[in-house]
Amino acid sequence: MNALYLVAIGSVPAQAMEWIENAAAEWYPLPIRRLPPLLIPEAAYDARRKQYQSVEFMKALAQAAPRDACRILGVTDVDLAIPMLSFLFGQAQVDGRIAVISLCRLHQEFYGLPADEQVLRERTIKEVLHELGHTFGLVHCNQPACPMSLATHIGLVDSKQKEYCERCGMQLVERFSALEAEV
Amino acid sequence: MKKNWPILVVDDEDVMCESMAAWLREDGYRVDTAPDGQKAVELAKASDYAVCFVDLKMPAGMDGIETMMEIRRIRPDASVIIITAYATVDTAIQAMKEGAQEYIVKPCNPQEISMLVSRILKLKKLQNENAILRKKLTRQYRQHDIITKNPRMQEILALTQEISSLRSTVLIHGESGTGKELVARAVHFSGNRAEKPFIAVSCAALTETLLESELFGYEKGAFTGAVAQARGKFEIAHGGTIFLDEIGDISPKLQADLLRVLQERRFYRVGGNREIEVDVRVIAATNKNLAEAVQQGQFREDLYYRLNVIEINLPPLRERREDIPLLAEHFAQRISSELNRDIAGISAGALKLLIAYDWPGNVRELENVIERAIVTCRNGMLEEQDFSWLQHRGMPAQDWEVPDVPLGELERRAIVAALERKHGNVKEASAALGIDRSTLYDKLKRYEISH
Ligand SMILES: [Zn+2]
Ligand SMILES: [Zn+2]
Repeated sequence: MNALYLVAIGSVPAQAMEWIENAAAEWYPLPIRRLPPLLIPEAAYDARRKQYQSVEFMKALAQAAPRDACRILGVTDVDLAIPMLSFLFGQAQVDGRIAVISLCRLHQEFYGLPADEQVLRERTIKEVLHELGHTFGLVHCNQPACPMSLATHIGLVDSKQKEYCERCGMQLVERFSALEAEV
Repeated sequence: MKKNWPILVVDDEDVMCESMAAWLREDGYRVDTAPDGQKAVELAKASDYAVCFVDLKMPAGMDGIETMMEIRRIRPDASVIIITAYATVDTAIQAMKEGAQEYIVKPCNPQEISMLVSRILKLKKLQNENAILRKKLTRQYRQHDIITKNPRMQEILALTQEISSLRSTVLIHGESGTGKELVARAVHFSGNRAEKPFIAVSCAALTETLLESELFGYEKGAFTGAVAQARGKFEIAHGGTIFLDEIGDISPKLQADLLRVLQERRFYRVGGNREIEVDVRVIAATNKNLAEAVQQGQFREDLYYRLNVIEINLPPLRERREDIPLLAEHFAQRISSELNRDIAGISAGALKLLIAYDWPGNVRELENVIERAIVTCRNGMLEEQDFSWLQHRGMPAQDWEVPDVPLGELERRAIVAALERKHGNVKEASAALGIDRSTLYDKLKRYEISH
């Protein structure tokens, strides 16, 4: 059966990878495998904005995905952006295979506060559910507590819960049964 | 997915186009991209974009302002947002003067752009809803919703015209979902009561006491909570028509009350001692066999004859299969425009599947099925795969072994299975079974299923 792959891009705390793996395993009925870390793509760095273009990360993930990868989620600690937007918590192909999340703005330190591992863990899990949800066809949900709601700042991430709302959850279940039928 | 407003992103930079499109797709929008003004104009001719993001500076051919003007010439309703890398007052003023809805400087905060898009679309949605509402209001007065080329149905339609201006009571028999209320409306709105109220009451949905006060109203202080006098449906329907759905479910006491209204055209409010006179035409409907209920002593014979002055028997959808393609196309057209989705039609293969299915929930089930298919459909055509789940609803018959048990047991199992599939969600389970929620409640009670 096809698997969901996790891969760090650049250096990412080992613990974070652990949280992500557990969160993915809790919601997605797929074998979960880790790939060795990828280097940060050189072309991604935007010296003027001191940020990284997420498009290059998505490209690198597409290249790195093994043949049996039905989904691949990249995790990075650097700050992601696209030309139009000043930053991104993550990005995913709706109904596609590829997603990436950035932990950069999930750290309390980013906001000038003392590090808090518990807070980082919570936010990371919500982001994982959000981006993976997109790859399974979910779009933004209008319930602020649902991880599929659109967070445009960290406060909105914090007001989410770590489980999908009923509607998004049901939609996922439907997708999984379609997935099983394909295999 | 309600947000089906197509969006166009125009920028010579591929990375800009694609990343912006991907971000908007996460929000559920359909997004196209164009690398230059010319391509953008071509796309705008083919699709009715709600919002267009256009980069101000494009090296080759038309610039952003020219592109915007051309798009707005083709699609006057499209909102154009001009994107610029540097804010200069001049270009901003020029862009707005030429009809740009907004202009934004890139890169901008995600919140800014998400609010901008939702503000524009909220406005469009409102305009759209108003248009739909107007259409619905006018539709109410036509009977074109009954779409049929079935001879029996056409006879029934002719009958509704003939009896429309009589005062006689009508009793409509038909399985749930066959369109009993539509027929009642057809009678009301083609007759001389059309300008007066048409009031529909579902008798099965309410308890005896609630239904009593619902129908007849109550006086202040008639019971705890009756803080003010309230008019009942019979009073509200004065001069018009009252449609009593699921009449077979009312209690003996209400049967007696109703008989009195039909005989004397007058009644008391609950807790009242003043008689109220009304002129109301009664159209009743049921999915039960009332004649049988009379024989079994569950329904008053005198009331039955009072109601059954003119009898209409609506055939189930499986006995008018020739109407299935017509109805399916009609619903597809109506629902896709209400949901603002581009659906070109239904494929021949899908129609075959629909015609073969037995439709226990009749026309209403068909409508729900089309709506569900439109919501989940991913390309602009309803295909076989959009209805593949219909087959799991118990068709075709030769594909499953029918266990050798009484019919009631089969029904009980079907209900339990539906509830399990829907995780105990009664609303969804009843929709899947193609029956009313109240019917499902009845059956739950009858089979003593706890959920
Ligand atoms: Zn949700
Ligand atoms: Zn998202």
